[in-house]
Amino acid sequence: MPDSAEAIFGQVVDAARARGVTEVEAILASDTSALTRFANNAIHQNVSERNTQLSVRAVAGGRSARASTNRLDREAIRGVVEQAIAITRLTESDPELQPLADPAAYPEVSRWFESTACSTPAGRARAVAEAIGAVEAAGQTAAGIYSTEESSFALLNSRGVNASYRETTARFSITAMAGDSSGWAKAGACDLRDLNPLELARSAARKASQSGAPRELPSGRYTVILEPAAVLDLVGQMFADFSGTAIREGRSFLNDRIGKKVFGGNITIHDDACHPLQSGAPFDGEGVPRRRLTLVDGGVVRDIAYSRQAAALAGAAPTGHGFPLPNEYGEMPVNIVIAGGDSYIEKMLASTERGILVTRFWYIREVDPYEKIFTGMTRDGTFLVEDGLIAAGVRNFRFNQSLVEMLSNVESLSATVRASGEETFDMVVPAMKVRDFNFTEVTRF
Amino acid sequence: MKDLAWRALDAVSRPGVTYADVRAIETRDRDVTTRNGKAGNVACSESQGIGIRVLASGCWGFAASSDLTNEGIERAARLAIEIARSGVAAKKADVSLAPESSYQATWVSPCAIDPFSIPVDQNLAALLAVDAELRRNPAISLAETAMRFVWQRQVFASTLGSLIDQTRTTSGAGFSALCYKNGEIQKRSFPNSVGGQHQLKGYELVQELDLPGHAARIAEEAVALHSAPQCPEGERDLILDSSQLGLQVHESIGHPVELDRVLGSEANYAGMSFLTLDRLNHLRYGSAIVNVVCDARLEHGPGLGTFAFDDEGVPAQSTDIIRAGQFTGYMTSRETAAAVGQARSNGCMRADGCARLPLIRMTNVSLLAGEQSLEEVMGADHAIYMETNRSWSIDDKRYNFQFGCEIAWEMRHGKRVRMLKNPSYSGISTEFWNACAAIAGREHWTLWGVPNCGKGQPEQVMGTGHGASPARFHKIKIGSAYAG
Repeated sequence: MPDSAEAIFGQVVDAARARGVTEVEAILASDTSALTRFANNAIHQNVSERNTQLSVRAVAGGRSARASTNRLDREAIRGVVEQAIAITRLTESDPELQPLADPAAYPEVSRWFESTACSTPAGRARAVAEAIGAVEAAGQTAAGIYSTEESSFALLNSRGVNASYRETTARFSITAMAGDSSGWAKAGACDLRDLNPLELARSAARKASQSGAPRELPSGRYTVILEPAAVLDLVGQMFADFSGTAIREGRSFLNDRIGKKVFGGNITIHDDACHPLQSGAPFDGEGVPRRRLTLVDGGVVRDIAYSRQAAALAGAAPTGHGFPLPNEYGEMPVNIVIAGGDSYIEKMLASTERGILVTRFWYIREVDPYEKIFTGMTRDGTFLVEDGLIAAGVRNFRFNQSLVEMLSNVESLSATVRASGEETFDMVVPAMKVRDFNFTEVTRF
Repeated sequence: MKDLAWRALDAVSRPGVTYADVRAIETRDRDVTTRNGKAGNVACSESQGIGIRVLASGCWGFAASSDLTNEGIERAARLAIEIARSGVAAKKADVSLAPESSYQATWVSPCAIDPFSIPVDQNLAALLAVDAELRRNPAISLAETAMRFVWQRQVFASTLGSLIDQTRTTSGAGFSALCYKNGEIQKRSFPNSVGGQHQLKGYELVQELDLPGHAARIAEEAVALHSAPQCPEGERDLILDSSQLGLQVHESIGHPVELDRVLGSEANYAGMSFLTLDRLNHLRYGSAIVNVVCDARLEHGPGLGTFAFDDEGVPAQSTDIIRAGQFTGYMTSRETAAAVGQARSNGCMRADGCARLPLIRMTNVSLLAGEQSLEEVMGADHAIYMETNRSWSIDDKRYNFQFGCEIAWEMRHGKRVRMLKNPSYSGISTEFWNACAAIAGREHWTLWGVPNCGKGQPEQVMGTGHGASPARFHKIKIGSAYAG
């Protein structure tokens, strides 16, 4: 960062006081990221980005609004404070608006790694070339990304909150394409050394080879074995509903379901910012420490996330899951850990007489907000399982599946991993074997 | 800004660099929303930055920075070149670009009322009036309203000698009413879902939409859906309103004709396309009344995809994508045009701000108006009429799609006979467009804005335009979202 967060916040406070406002909050977020992208067995897009943003929220007379800038000179800082105050004074008074948060102690998490922060274009290119080589050796074509990111985030307010956090993230994703089939693998980690691009490339190539000459099966209900990325991208769609604000506004599928058994007895889900496989700050967008939540316990919906305002309205305690104010969504658990079981993919296959193994889902969208029906496609590695073995690749299916029903039909779970997909953020999830999964159509490949 | 772009171009013009372009961008935006009678998100932001794209050692490199000091620009330029040279480790061939001329131009999009000249309290007052009208209906659980305004000035400079200064103002506004009752959620939106209508206009767009005039009906429909019968399953003649048809064009025509998808650049994320090169000028994409263009020119209308030059300095153009049902054109860039032997890019490279590399993106991909009257479109013996998108999904080669809408009516001889809830339809892209039986005329044609089109890694969100008028399709599979 060009200057310390405290020094910048000092300028924010001075500028606010000069305008007669004493309640002010600032967020300083800095990000340096790079991404090496490849397709057709060659690097084709190769980018880097560096940005710092200052965001200021003023609170005055029950009103609040936010202004942001990525210029950090003294004049720009004064300008963004004046802008925040000007629009705050023009907004409507909200009797339910909470005062700024008070200081609190935060759990220690360590998620910044020099190995990731110091990665170079040449280092990423070498790893990509090696991964492409593995796919080319299988007679296939590779496409994917290798990205690294270093970010820091500081939230300070005039009541003394001074919360800061930094982390690094590395991601590798690869699609291997054969003549009429494809395979995919992806992983993300805070420490780049936890990624193995070559192994991911080999896994994608194996899937592409195994799924060649795909058969067309009729749509219908099948037993499915969902790899962790498939579980993540589908089940991950429901967590915005574990929100006090969403429930109060009637947009959550948990209305009239809290405390009830909604899912099968083998489904237990926590939100845990300190889990060793998780990432992200241990405090929320107002500076409240993130509490560990038991969202689902043995199929019964238990805890709900509450921002400070949602908690006050519900007569509950804030859980540390609020987004920076003002916002339209309230709060959401973002460190999901779905408890695993004692099974594993090979064991799930061995116990399946006839079913479908799914590598990943794609283009998942909500069809019914209360029954939590989602539609989407399988992609990049969909297999027929017969008599305990992978029998063939199959043409991709469209599904229309209720999550309430699906999570009541889970027959077994694997141990948990940190999974990366394309439809939601990374979570810690197991693979799942699910009966009666609803495939409604088949596409042309 | 021009000085900034020149400085960055100077910094990157070094031995071994065969081409470079720079985009210096300044952006201001404002979001104002309300929820259930209170201000929701009230926020504004401004940003400045540069994006430097360079071709060296036959590979692309790109670096962006918000540090606009001489040191910051130098660092970004050096990094862009270092990144380009690193690509040699996995290179198959040198990048080659279709030729393009050099341009000196200044262009400002039409904007009758500067939206930033309207005070925030007036935005809020207008939205709260709509919110109050929605909640006059006691069954509404959540009333949401929104306005969004973006002003962006971009100076593009390239080693071809181009210097292009473009300023665009876009506005968006809309509202929705949600009703939760007895274990069921129903929602209606106006004039469209995903935040309403978005166009290349100033505050005059908000005035034209007449949001308050539609609030009572929308709230009433959200509540009435609870007691409407479920949309049936089966094959029916299907009529789509123009906003839903705009999204249908976006997903099942716009994305498949992106030539970078066809050539595999997006294979790991957004996917590829069924429109392989052998299908150009040979595929019967739709029925004979289907005509689709990709048109970024102002004469097409004030779309989110309207500009004077794309983000690699190519002038706005109009390309026939489907002519009388025949597939006739892709959207291209200088690189992809060269790759398939075309003489020139048709100007579809767009970037989500200075920190992102330009990609082939839809400009305004529009279904041209038909020759039928609205009465002829609606006048089938028996049909289902669906309005306002609720969900959208399509496979990664763009064959199989499924859309859900907020509301539908069973139609007999052009008359609405009953409301239906949870409508959906599905199909295969080319089969769907070949089933197009009637398209309403120009007076019913609307250029819709899709503000949230995602593509690329790192992901970029782009606004695209899609003109359409209501149309009827023969024997389409409906109700599939609730099948099984």
